[in-house]
Amino acid sequence: MKVTLFATCLVDMFQSNVGKATVELLERLGCEIDFPESQVCCGQPAYNSGYVKESKEAMKKMIQTFEHAEYIVCPSGSCAFMFHEYQHVFKGDPVWEPKAKKLADKTYELTQFIVDVLKVEDVGAQLEGKATYHTSCHMTRLLGVKKAPMTLLSNVKGLEFTELPGKEQCCGFGGTFSVKMSQISEQMVDEKVHHVEETDAEYLIGADAGCLMNIGGRINRQGKPIKVMHIAEVLNSRTFSFQ
Amino acid sequence: MPMKIGNENFSERVGKGINNSFMRGAVAGAQDNIGARRLHAVEELGNWEEWRSHGEEIRQHVLENLDYYLEQLSENIANRGGNVYFASTPEEANDYIRGVIKKKRAKKVVKSKSMVTEEINLNSSLEDIGCEVIETDLGEYILQIDDHDPPSHIVAPALHKNKEQVRDVFTEKLGYKKSSDPTELAWHAREMLRQDYLTADVGITGCNFAVAETGSFALVTNEGNADLVTSLPKTQITVMGMERIVPSFEELEVLVSMLTRSAVGQKLPSYVTVLTGPREAQDVDGPEEFHLVIVDNGRSKILGTEFQSVLQCIRCAACVNACPVYRHVGGHSYGSIYSGPIGAVLSPLLGGYDDYKELPYASTLCGACTEVCPVKIPLHELLHKHRQVIVEKEGRAPVSEKLLMKAFGLGAASPTLYKWGSKLAPSAMNPFTTDDKISKGPGPLKAWTDVRDFPAPNKERFRDWYKNREKGESKS
Repeated sequence: MKVTLFATCLVDMFQSNVGKATVELLERLGCEIDFPESQVCCGQPAYNSGYVKESKEAMKKMIQTFEHAEYIVCPSGSCAFMFHEYQHVFKGDPVWEPKAKKLADKTYELTQFIVDVLKVEDVGAQLEGKATYHTSCHMTRLLGVKKAPMTLLSNVKGLEFTELPGKEQCCGFGGTFSVKMSQISEQMVDEKVHHVEETDAEYLIGADAGCLMNIGGRINRQGKPIKVMHIAEVLNSRTFSFQ
Repeated sequence: MPMKIGNENFSERVGKGINNSFMRGAVAGAQDNIGARRLHAVEELGNWEEWRSHGEEIRQHVLENLDYYLEQLSENIANRGGNVYFASTPEEANDYIRGVIKKKRAKKVVKSKSMVTEEINLNSSLEDIGCEVIETDLGEYILQIDDHDPPSHIVAPALHKNKEQVRDVFTEKLGYKKSSDPTELAWHAREMLRQDYLTADVGITGCNFAVAETGSFALVTNEGNADLVTSLPKTQITVMGMERIVPSFEELEVLVSMLTRSAVGQKLPSYVTVLTGPREAQDVDGPEEFHLVIVDNGRSKILGTEFQSVLQCIRCAACVNACPVYRHVGGHSYGSIYSGPIGAVLSPLLGGYDDYKELPYASTLCGACTEVCPVKIPLHELLHKHRQVIVEKEGRAPVSEKLLMKAFGLGAASPTLYKWGSKLAPSAMNPFTTDDKISKGPGPLKAWTDVRDFPAPNKERFRDWYKNREKGESKS
């Protein structure tokens, strides 16, 4: 199966390890990966801040870049949702609305793609340790992907899982919110870190680079001994087999 | 109290909220508690998503036909001997109500809970003409005797106070000498209020829903105070926002159930008081004279706009109770009697962007509000629409932000620019980078790094790794 990777700008620039893990994981599951170099940012930072006009140019570029893809897979629920949102942004536009609709129909978040399209629930990953999972708001509420990551994580050998208290609460990232309203964002991320600590987890796992950059950044600042991992990295872990 | 509360700016209000640990403890506890009860109550009903669609349908139908239902309501009230007054502005509403008070030579008014009377600042307008106004909802009563402390929540106005603080207010203002036990506190308030019900000349209520078909209006309470306000005084004035109508009792039943389940996780409240006009010959109680004041105050301007769905609101505050921002800053931070997500959408519409331009940004657009709204108002989308209006129509965005976004537009739309920009990022950020992280970032990054570390851009971007790998593969 040919999969076109929408890596996201955060992964491309700051978390290339997540991109690598995604490629390796999907290849192991029998996919052939294509990464169109002309991909840019999905436009969400500008769009969510109210700069719809500015963001439309990025959206058009992305629509063109992925026009010929069969399946588009993205290791971030929020950015994958943004691809689904394009059709509403271009509503009424005779050229771009149908194109945006097509884009949405073939765009999947990584875990959603593995479970719903590849029909795989156990990717054969192994990672020893205690873990908890942050359910990102855009991925669960807006994209509607709730079960897939849990299904895949429950089959990771060696992983002892504890549910995160207050898991439905936003971590305080919110894109530009984190800098525009940093005072409030700080309180939100602090409560999230506090909840993560309550679980005694060694690993905080998430499926969205933005949330992880926020929670992880706060955990690092406070020097807490919690390792932040993207779900692609967890699912690509083969700890035992290499030992 | 008018809609706007306090004169501090947004950041000062938020700072105060964040530093108020009493309030934050009370709010977080209430959110967790009410949130769990709400979830139980909606699961117990079953098919909640279908109920939501039904609730939305009822509210949208009313808004689409608001002129028809307003006319039907007014006619039915007039036919039952009631008086109806349409007020475009708070001043018109207050003038009319003052007129009734003066005509009745009323010295004392008892009130049941009403957000719209807060919105039009009715109490102080009546106090100005020497009329004593007594709030009878326990939460409102506490705030009123505490020198008119503003409400911080549309359903539980004194949510920001814990029981010890309430005891202190009672002790200082009412000479209360007992404990902070809620039962003892409530008994004391009941004793004080009982005298006021018996001696009041006029009862003023809000309106949860008006029933157009019968000319009735319904009040939902747990304290029974609305029953006393509407049965003892000889004159009754009900004030409603112009959109708070249902076509008939059939829709009333649906929305009351959705309201109480969403607001406090109850199947039904302790009291649903439904009244239709003044008392008739066979009635044993009820007012001799009835006035309905229908308040527009900017609502009709929202009709027909992209914000119309905000008028679907039934004031349950489920969005407030689910909001992670409200959780940490509390209701007073919004600077409006309408707080939380619904307040952040409604306040700029009713009160303008001058006072409320920050509110639409006080959200991560996490969608928790939209998810719990019983009538499916897309609250986070409306917050986003406000941002778009602020940036594109009002032109109120800061210049630095505008430039940044302009650059974003250019960079993001051009793969070449994007590619070179992201390639140069590691060297540009080098002076700020230690151990692969940035602890003190420049420009807009500073607000991020004040709170948390920022990762240094990868020296080998994902795209470089991918390209090298492809090259390697083709060689081998």
